[in-house]
Amino acid sequence: MRSEIQDILDKYPSAGHDSLIPILQQVQEHLGFLSEESVVEVGKFLKMPTSKIFGVATFYNQFRFTQPGKYHVQVCRGTACHVLGSATVLDEIEKNLKVKAGMTTKDKLFSLEVVACIGACGLAPVISINGEFHAKVNSESIKTIFEAYRNREVVS
Amino acid sequence: MNFTIEVNNNKLSANKGETILDALQRNGMSVPTLCHMKGLFPTGSCRMCVVEVEGRRNLVTACSEPVTDGMKISTHSSRVIESRKTIVELLLSNHPDDCLYCERNGNCELQKLSEDLNIRERRISGQKNNYKLDVSSASIVRDPAKCILCGRCVRVCEEIEGVSAIEFVGRGSKTFIDTAFNHGLNLSSCVNCGQCIMVCPTGALKEKSHLAETKDNLNDPNKTVIIQYAPSISVTLAEEFGFKPGQNIIGIMNAALRRIGFDYVFDTSFSADLTIMEEASELVHRVKSGGTLPMVTSCCPAWVKFAEEFHQDMLDNLSTCKSPQQMMGAIVKSYFAQTEGIDPEKIYSVSVMPCTAKKFEQQREEMTQNGISDVDAVLTTRELARLIRLHGIDIHKLEPEIADSPLGTRSSAGKIFGASGGVMEAAIRTAHYLITGKEMVKFQVRGVRGLEGRKEAKVQIGELEVGVAVVSGLQNASLLMEEIKNGRNDIHFIEVMACPGGCINGGGQPIGADEEAIRARMTTLYDIDEKDAIKVSHKNPYIVELYDKFLGKPLGHKSHELLHTHYQKREIK
Repeated sequence: MRSEIQDILDKYPSAGHDSLIPILQQVQEHLGFLSEESVVEVGKFLKMPTSKIFGVATFYNQFRFTQPGKYHVQVCRGTACHVLGSATVLDEIEKNLKVKAGMTTKDKLFSLEVVACIGACGLAPVISINGEFHAKVNSESIKTIFEAYRNREVVS
Repeated sequence: MNFTIEVNNNKLSANKGETILDALQRNGMSVPTLCHMKGLFPTGSCRMCVVEVEGRRNLVTACSEPVTDGMKISTHSSRVIESRKTIVELLLSNHPDDCLYCERNGNCELQKLSEDLNIRERRISGQKNNYKLDVSSASIVRDPAKCILCGRCVRVCEEIEGVSAIEFVGRGSKTFIDTAFNHGLNLSSCVNCGQCIMVCPTGALKEKSHLAETKDNLNDPNKTVIIQYAPSISVTLAEEFGFKPGQNIIGIMNAALRRIGFDYVFDTSFSADLTIMEEASELVHRVKSGGTLPMVTSCCPAWVKFAEEFHQDMLDNLSTCKSPQQMMGAIVKSYFAQTEGIDPEKIYSVSVMPCTAKKFEQQREEMTQNGISDVDAVLTTRELARLIRLHGIDIHKLEPEIADSPLGTRSSAGKIFGASGGVMEAAIRTAHYLITGKEMVKFQVRGVRGLEGRKEAKVQIGELEVGVAVVSGLQNASLLMEEIKNGRNDIHFIEVMACPGGCINGGGQPIGADEEAIRARMTTLYDIDEKDAIKVSHKNPYIVELYDKFLGKPLGHKSHELLHTHYQKREIK
């Protein structure tokens, strides 16, 4: 059976270890995350132990190992957001979604990611949900925001 | 070319191309190291070995900096000492600090460094490491909380063993060492060799202990508890009690085991002789009947698992013989139980092994007869030392005793199993007899002894020229297997041991031995062989008796049932 990521690997006919990161990036773009199977397959392709690939991939914030939810939540923890209380914001969201950063909710609706800076310091503290920015969030507004996303699901 | 360097105002000679650390050590001087591993490429990551070099603004790492002519080095200036001290203080800042309960208490490099650097107060306190224990493996327990991230385990696993089961995971202060996808060792490619334990400076890696079960069974009046010890144990155990490396204390060990309460004391070297009977017969059979060659030894359970994972197309090359540990276990619960009239279910069979992979091997499902395990518990050399201390036995005051008959009597061929090349040599001695009907004139097989990672030789057996290769360290094994797969056909018999130098340097041996110590252990094994009267397995009278009374002949029906096994392909994750 042709695997899901074979098309990506085909683009690297004589790939060496230096192609690892571009390959992982494309795999993640295609699957939304790095599945175990895909990492094992990339390992066989590049003749690299899976542990090494896992080591490299966990070094970078950009790679994730769980399937993203329908709504991908990014919490900015850059300097400006930090000063204006993004730690509390993250805390609140973790409580609200009942998952930790890097995880996906059981209903696969939300996934939570911490990012360094999303370049919207004027809106701090800011979160982004599927690319949609929510500015100057606080404990109260978080509840409303997530309620709104949940309600969308009920309607559709 | 020779340089002159100046170290702490003393002139020393140094060679071009060597590092400061090499030059210092050659001249009998030392600086502390942590991440440094002799023979491997330096990483310079722990900064313990820093020294001050005149004209250099920053301290330099002695392990990775090449010497230059006229270099002026200060190894213990106050700046250097302060720097080292700070590093250790930082390492201690998030360490669990449970030394009194730690396996490595008294034998810990971190403890020694803080002692040597006279650290007497906690100057830096950080958040304590909080990681889960990894107890998933049958052989090895990992405690990442005690890890100081020197990376030696990662490197030995990758560069010496070619396994790469573990790796640095995460980044910065959140870095720790783990298996792929944090699955735990059990589901990783780990072959259980335990070399990571041997290089770990702290208690972050240790064997899975079988002491508690062993003690319970020793205290159970309904159980007959027997113990077997591997060929190398008698030449390494002494080091745990302060003897110099290479002392053979087999008689004292027998006495100690009886004091502890083992009902029968047997020698795995006996079943090593049995392995040779089967394995040499198998080799001769394969050569004569056009079977799969080269035949590869199967005594080393780490190598067996490695082959099942990484060399699946060569599983037919592996000898089908069980290892000596398992052969002894099988014979104890069949022949021995029968002759002594003991119910095999009431026998608790313990082995002392230089090895952590033997703990994995013991619980393989192939290693049972009618649902009864061949072997019930496996202790490492270190665990045996602990058991002896626990029973308050002063081994300096014991009178030597001999092991029990009949499974405690060996030829010296079985004894040299403990060193890399020993299985090969023992098998050749018996194969020579099986093929030509005559004994070898000189029993020593040239070219297979020594601590080198790969040894090759040609052996003349009658009309037949046999190509043999001996490798230790699984990376070396992999390289050889690739050559065979690529068509190399001048080798007929290969011995593989996972641990560099063989079982005398196994993952269950006393921690902290250097190359000299390992060489001393090897020398003692070959000295025993030199002095022994019976140097071939097929002349061991009790082996002959075992075949006469019970097994029939090598490779026969009963042997097949009890002494041979099969292998399974394993998915690598």
